[in-house]
Amino acid sequence: MKTIGRRIRRTEDARLMTGRGTYMEDLQPLPNLHHAAILRSPYPHARIKGIHTERAEQMPGVKGVVTGRDVARWTQPFPVGVTAPVEYYSLAVEKVRFAGEPVAVVVAKNRYLAEDALDAIEVEYEPLPAVVDIEKALEPDAPVLHDQVGTNIANDRTFDYGDVDGAFSEADLVVSHKFNFPKFSATPVETYGVIAHHDPSENHFTIWSNFHGPFTLQSVMAAALQVPSNRLRIIIPKDIGGSYGIKSGVFPYMVLMAVVSKKVGLPVKWIEDRQEHLFASSSGTDRVTWIEAAVKRDGTITGLKMKIVDNVGGYIRAPEPASLYRTHSNTTGAYKVKNLRMHTVAVMTNKSPTGLIRGYGGPQHYFPLERLIPMIAKQLGMDPADVIRKNLIAKDDFPYRTASGGMYDSGDYQKGFETVLECAKYDEWKKRQKEARAEGRYLGIGLACIVEPSGSNMGYITMALTPEERAKSLPKSGCAEGATVSIDPMGGISVRISTVPSGQGHETVASQIVGEVLGVDPHSVRVIAEMDTSTSPWTVASGSYSSRFAPVGSSAVYHAAQKVRKKILEIAGKQLQVPSEALELKDGKAIGKDDPSKSVSLRRLIGSAHWNPQALPEGVEPGIHETAFFTIPTAMPPDEKDLVNGSVTYGFVADAVLVEVDPETGQIDILDYVTVHDAGKLLNPLIVDGQILGGLVHGLGGALYEELAYDANGQFLSGSFMDYLCPTATEIPPVTVKHLETPSPLTPLGAKGLGEGNTMSAPVVIANAVADALQPFDLSIDTLPLTPDRIWSLIRKAENKQPILEGEK
Amino acid sequence: MKLKKKEQTTICLTVNGRRYVESVEPRKLLSDFLREDCGLTGTHVGCEHGVCGACTILLNGSAVRSCLLFAVQVDGAEIRTVEGLDTEGHLNPLQEAFSEHHALQCGFCTPGILLSASELLEYNPHPTTEEIEEMLSGHLCRCTGYKGIVKAIEKVANRNPKFTHES
Ligand code: FES
Ligand code: FES
Repeated sequence: MKTIGRRIRRTEDARLMTGRGTYMEDLQPLPNLHHAAILRSPYPHARIKGIHTERAEQMPGVKGVVTGRDVARWTQPFPVGVTAPVEYYSLAVEKVRFAGEPVAVVVAKNRYLAEDALDAIEVEYEPLPAVVDIEKALEPDAPVLHDQVGTNIANDRTFDYGDVDGAFSEADLVVSHKFNFPKFSATPVETYGVIAHHDPSENHFTIWSNFHGPFTLQSVMAAALQVPSNRLRIIIPKDIGGSYGIKSGVFPYMVLMAVVSKKVGLPVKWIEDRQEHLFASSSGTDRVTWIEAAVKRDGTITGLKMKIVDNVGGYIRAPEPASLYRTHSNTTGAYKVKNLRMHTVAVMTNKSPTGLIRGYGGPQHYFPLERLIPMIAKQLGMDPADVIRKNLIAKDDFPYRTASGGMYDSGDYQKGFETVLECAKYDEWKKRQKEARAEGRYLGIGLACIVEPSGSNMGYITMALTPEERAKSLPKSGCAEGATVSIDPMGGISVRISTVPSGQGHETVASQIVGEVLGVDPHSVRVIAEMDTSTSPWTVASGSYSSRFAPVGSSAVYHAAQKVRKKILEIAGKQLQVPSEALELKDGKAIGKDDPSKSVSLRRLIGSAHWNPQALPEGVEPGIHETAFFTIPTAMPPDEKDLVNGSVTYGFVADAVLVEVDPETGQIDILDYVTVHDAGKLLNPLIVDGQILGGLVHGLGGALYEELAYDANGQFLSGSFMDYLCPTATEIPPVTVKHLETPSPLTPLGAKGLGEGNTMSAPVVIANAVADALQPFDLSIDTLPLTPDRIWSLIRKAENKQPILEGEK
Repeated sequence: MKLKKKEQTTICLTVNGRRYVESVEPRKLLSDFLREDCGLTGTHVGCEHGVCGACTILLNGSAVRSCLLFAVQVDGAEIRTVEGLDTEGHLNPLQEAFSEHHALQCGFCTPGILLSASELLEYNPHPTTEEIEEMLSGHLCRCTGYKGIVKAIEKVANRNPKFTHES
């Protein structure tokens, strides 16, 4: 039965719609669970001179209090992939470095009592000057967060590919600009949650959390807790209430609660509240980019120079500074630019620490790159669409090696881009814009083309180190994932995955794949998505990030199912006395490809593997329980020239957007949004469209509303959903999604990852449209979010400079 | 009724047709009461300040946020939570439509949205798209981008003029 590629309803839905999901807060895995509450710093930067916990410890129901001293005694600072000696613990030790940083933990019988006791803890702080602005933090007299580092710079690297000086000296035109990208999150509706239990008899920790990897962080946590890695068992519940990368940042709390459990001698549960989440969980980086392009008169971009500075907050926390390098291989995007110079810097300031988030580094990267295209077009008097056409990588160029070492596996970018122009009726939009302008209305068109990397190569993270530094340790590479397919004695098929879904429907897709490979109804296949580091088939790369399920996770499932298939066919071959190659699995039977009279039921074949191993063909093991691990060979370690292929598959997204801006209010109205995707073969288009739309709305939020804002002194201003605005149903524009399917040659099903592309493209395509709408004013759109307030101020400022309204020209 | 912070008080109410007589602290939130004392973990808590809508339940037929109420305030009331929407595992038409239109991903916001949508359809069986969006604007869903949810509710609104949450 063909099931891969079909719009199949999700198996997850029934339990989730009837209130029978199993989320973190629903778990009660142990008796005598106690509850933790966290006291947090009101100061962005301060020395802790003393903590007085005696009164709190005496309060009703309180079982213990943990402070930085306990954490410093029982844990090591978290390892991180840079050479700067930053000490990051799960609880502030001696100093706080961002508002909301955890300072003490109370454990009590229930959460109400634990929170009561927080008020009874007294902390003496010596406030220090704070810095939150990227450029200010780099100034020589800026307050320094970490004395032992001596500066706020956590990472600083330069890269030079091709002949950049040549390109710039031969350029007809150099276009340059500075861009600011804001700090924002994805605010999953479910917050962080942890249950930790320490068993002193074996010095063994068990931690339940809505953490979704990467499981490299399991070793980071074990190192912090100073236990052998098999003494740290991590269990992830079946259901996670959204993450979009953000929940990867729960790991410091996993370690914190482990220490708390150890000190208090009780199993401890902690559920983060919304305020804590906004203050102190995780987010994307804010970034300043200086970009310069060398351009020929015909619009060809021949060289790029970029300096990017990411704000990683008060501590650089693994996997940061990876946000700087996640898109390194696809820095030049969808364009054939061979000469590239990069300067990448991670700076620490008194904001909350950052980490994985949908699009990881991509929204920050494509904002300057794609904003530059219409700027180039304007200076050359060209249509931006023609500048894009001039520079797109051609179909025949695939597989395409980028300047920085990326290996784009497949694509047809021209077709994708022409499709978006066609669907959007680009020429008609231009006409509408002209007519509107004649009426004094401001319509604008935005275009953007981006390459969407998926299935990250673990090796890219080591780009934070120089080739010489990298050479000192084992090379890192790969994107491996495991899966197990087993069949029990009565024929029940189970699949065990380690991809830790948080709403992406991995259970459904895994059942589709296994159902098709084994010739059974996918609904009969049970998928177990709970992750358990003691029993699941996992690797350092396991987990949910970089859209790796479609290219990598599903491939592991496919290979495990193929192993089972091969085994069953061998058994069938012996029973039917035919070569196994002459057989196939169909409708619950092994059946002769050319001779359907040769057939035996799956149930019978499985039965013999379990009940009568003596009758198995020679060399075939009893039982049916096959695990496969899958990786893609192009995920190589970075080489000594700093070339790296940071992802295994690369999709393509082309967006066209039409907006109207009201210059009186600064209000932006998105009239139409068309997006064309090529993510290889689609495994379940129903889920695909859901992922795309979710990612798009995430990007839209970043473009227009969302910001984790601080004042100049480091006080946090977005501590509730009243201050941190997320898009709601009334703000969603009309969206058209179109697909091309250029298969990846590197994955068995031809699939590539998706769901992050529009998070990367939406901020810039909307910004391009707004900039286009406001062309009659002399202003530049280089800072997000595009709140009415910001747009209004820009227009007023421009008007005061030179009021050149179209009608007056 | 004047109550001290930690004095327990007994309340009696009906949830999904089952009667509960429980003793609670006056400060216990209704959302916590439903989850902890009634074991109905389908009611989710996303913000505890009345914005996300995840904790929405039906209180005497009206959609309300259970994180903004104390359990003691609902003494004598009749409550319906997401666990009371299906009939022994058989999904109601709204739930069917949600699945068909992929109106949920992680499912964390879904219970609250299902209950608000149930209320809407009960009082206004044929809401316009704008009315549906207006109702939904009281809920945050960070996964779906809302379109599937709107479509699912539209489907029920057009197909089933006599929709009730009891299906
Ligand atoms: S939890 Fe009640 S509205 Fe968010
Ligand atoms: S489905 Fe995840 S928040 Fe709505």
